[in-house]
Amino acid sequence: MPEIFASSLEEVREAVRTHPRLRPKGGGSKPALSSPQEGETLLNLSGLKGILEYAPEEFVFTAYAGTPLKEIEATLRTHGQYLPFHPPLVEQGATLGGTVAAGLSGPMRERFGGLRDFILGVRFVDGEGRVVRGGGKVVKNAAGFPFHRLMVGSLGAFGVMVELSFKVFPYPRATRTLRVGFSKPEEALAALEGLRTLPLDLLALDLVPPTTLEMRIGGFPESLGRRLKRLQDVLKREGEVLAEDEAHWERVRDLAFLQESPIWVKVPSRLDLIPTLESLPLGPRRYMAGGDLLYAGLEPHGLKALRDGGIPHLVLRGAQEVLFPSPPEAFFAPIKRALDPKGRFPLG
Amino acid sequence: MGFLEELRALFPPGRLLTKEAELAPYESDALTAYRKRPLAVVLPERKEEVVEAVRLCYRHGVPFVARGSGTSLSGGSLPVEGGLVLALNRMNRILRLDPKARIAVVEPGVVNLEVSRRAAPFGLYYAPDPSSQPISTLGGNVAFNSGGAHCLKYGMTANHVLALEVVTPKGEVVHLGGQSLEGVGPDLHGFFVGTEGLLGVALEITLRLLPKPEAYHTLLAAYESLEAAGNAVSQVIQSGLLPGAMEIMDRLSIEAAEAAVKAGYPQVEALLIVELEGPKEEVEEEAKLLARVMGESGATEVRIAQSEGERQAIWKGRKAAFSAVGRLSPDYIVQDGVVPRSRLGEALREIGRLSQAYGLRVANVFHAGDGNLHPLVLYDGKKPGELERAEALAGEILKLCVRLGGSLTGEHGIGVEKKGYMAEMFAPEDLLAMERVKEALDPKGLANRGKVLPGYGQSPHQGGLKTDLGELYA
Repeated sequence: MPEIFASSLEEVREAVRTHPRLRPKGGGSKPALSSPQEGETLLNLSGLKGILEYAPEEFVFTAYAGTPLKEIEATLRTHGQYLPFHPPLVEQGATLGGTVAAGLSGPMRERFGGLRDFILGVRFVDGEGRVVRGGGKVVKNAAGFPFHRLMVGSLGAFGVMVELSFKVFPYPRATRTLRVGFSKPEEALAALEGLRTLPLDLLALDLVPPTTLEMRIGGFPESLGRRLKRLQDVLKREGEVLAEDEAHWERVRDLAFLQESPIWVKVPSRLDLIPTLESLPLGPRRYMAGGDLLYAGLEPHGLKALRDGGIPHLVLRGAQEVLFPSPPEAFFAPIKRALDPKGRFPLG
Repeated sequence: MGFLEELRALFPPGRLLTKEAELAPYESDALTAYRKRPLAVVLPERKEEVVEAVRLCYRHGVPFVARGSGTSLSGGSLPVEGGLVLALNRMNRILRLDPKARIAVVEPGVVNLEVSRRAAPFGLYYAPDPSSQPISTLGGNVAFNSGGAHCLKYGMTANHVLALEVVTPKGEVVHLGGQSLEGVGPDLHGFFVGTEGLLGVALEITLRLLPKPEAYHTLLAAYESLEAAGNAVSQVIQSGLLPGAMEIMDRLSIEAAEAAVKAGYPQVEALLIVELEGPKEEVEEEAKLLARVMGESGATEVRIAQSEGERQAIWKGRKAAFSAVGRLSPDYIVQDGVVPRSRLGEALREIGRLSQAYGLRVANVFHAGDGNLHPLVLYDGKKPGELERAEALAGEILKLCVRLGGSLTGEHGIGVEKKGYMAEMFAPEDLLAMERVKEALDPKGLANRGKVLPGYGQSPHQGGLKTDLGELYA
């Protein structure tokens, strides 16, 4: 497969102008999305990296799309800040642009929201090689069409992202994790249901099927003990407390639990959908964000079961057809035509 | 059959307004300086009626504008001359409120505050809280990506919309998004929010609900200057706190609010409201840190709300500030620019200078936590030339916001009012991309025609005049 490298805005424009079909690639951590298909040229953006602006006091940074999240998070950390949507696959080399294109959030999205809640602006090259900006670099902005939100989960359909601006937050001063086991799946699900509506400010609320809940809280060290106690009271269980929980959650957000599976998928889940999902032949899996986000490792028959069940999903690794279902034609197709009239980019 | 005859077949008498006296209330929204006479107003009660009306407009090439309570301050729901107004206030049912799923499915005419009221028994609420929330509708909130005092921490309307059923300008009904917090594929519902009705009309909206914070800690701090209040905001942020809201009011708006609702505010140069919220143990600890920060910020007085009643009193003055300013002046323009938080002081100094230069008073109320300014430019529309001077001053303020790295609007939208300034913030290619998307979804240019896009309707693609953007079409 032909592969070209672009490490500047001009090189991206040049690539778009000269290649009829392109597939952007960042760190390659989601190979199903960055493997070129028949007739496509791979546009490697791993050189398009670096933080362009970062004002800790503004809670905002702007970086090139190919910047590894690891690099961004390291910089944010030196100012006590983080990406609250907790993007996955950081250790595997995930980049900012790839994370946006895939639309991925991790376990800590429970507290403040997902990727879509933190993206503020984008600069991208459309299918005609034009540079388009959407959104801005301030935390509140309602001017113009929000092209930045259009990029979330777009799989690169509308253009090659070059620059992205994001909102960030202060990292919790301290964290604790409570792990509680139940004897039956229904009990775990009932507890999950109860916790979702309580004002406990959980950083993460995960169901590890069949019967375990994991909850993470963050805040002042002085208050965490009392908050943990209250959580145990609500659940009427002592559970297991992980005080040094950082390494644990890093493995979770890097989807280490999928390691052995050939196919990795993201499924937009829901509380009422969990019993259905649990009846399918899915492999290792974890429901995040109070049950709204499932990452699962599958064998081919598991993927087929998802398709047959009509359950929306995105394949990150291990299969060619990545998105199910296709975006709604009457709204998606005109936008695609407007921004990528020659069909240079993936999807549609 | 003609357009009106077909409309008559769709809508019974009383729900199709065509007489002059009936149309008059729909000639403008809250930006009353602009008025346009529509051909007709329809009052749909079901989404099928909206869809049929839009299809009719498409067939006959009649422009249409959807509106709710008309609280837009940017002329976003100003009718198109000779076009149709879809007044959606009667579509005000909450179709589903599912506390377990933490969602509410609503019709576009539902009033914002109603959702929180209905969710309250379940310990949930709908977070976006524009000051207009007792009257503004969710359809309008979606169109304008409305904000409020809590955007820094909780985001804007777009962040709280999980799914939309939309009728496109061609009359096709599409479902965007889903009922989960997460989705796959392009975030099309996220993209629709904030497009100001240019890409279609929302028929049904799925909102995420959040657990209502358990505890609040709300304080009011008095300062001898606006700058000192602004610096206090920076100190709060630097301490690592993440308040739910931080609001500043200047002397003029304090006086106005006090005269209107008697909130009991101290009469000083600037007031800062800070509100912490969260689990009670956490808020207790945060409050200790906040007390230290306030102590070092040069506040001349700090009042802490000791009860929900006292908390509401603090907010009452702030929320009433816009309408209260009406007592100080026969007319005013509300501006809505955003600047990076660190440039607030600079922006306010410059606004003060411009106010002097133009000889018009400017009251300042703003969401300090997210840099969203609301300068209220006071003028008297009966004095010749004063409106024009006020508009020019308001324009200077907008350009200033963009120059400082901010935005033309934080929550009120571009509408007709600010479209002339879009080129200050966006490059021709950015605007062209917006036009191309608009044109692809709305080839006849019918949906909320004449809003947001400065050259819209005049591009070669629209068969009109050549504009500055023309060469880019080549």
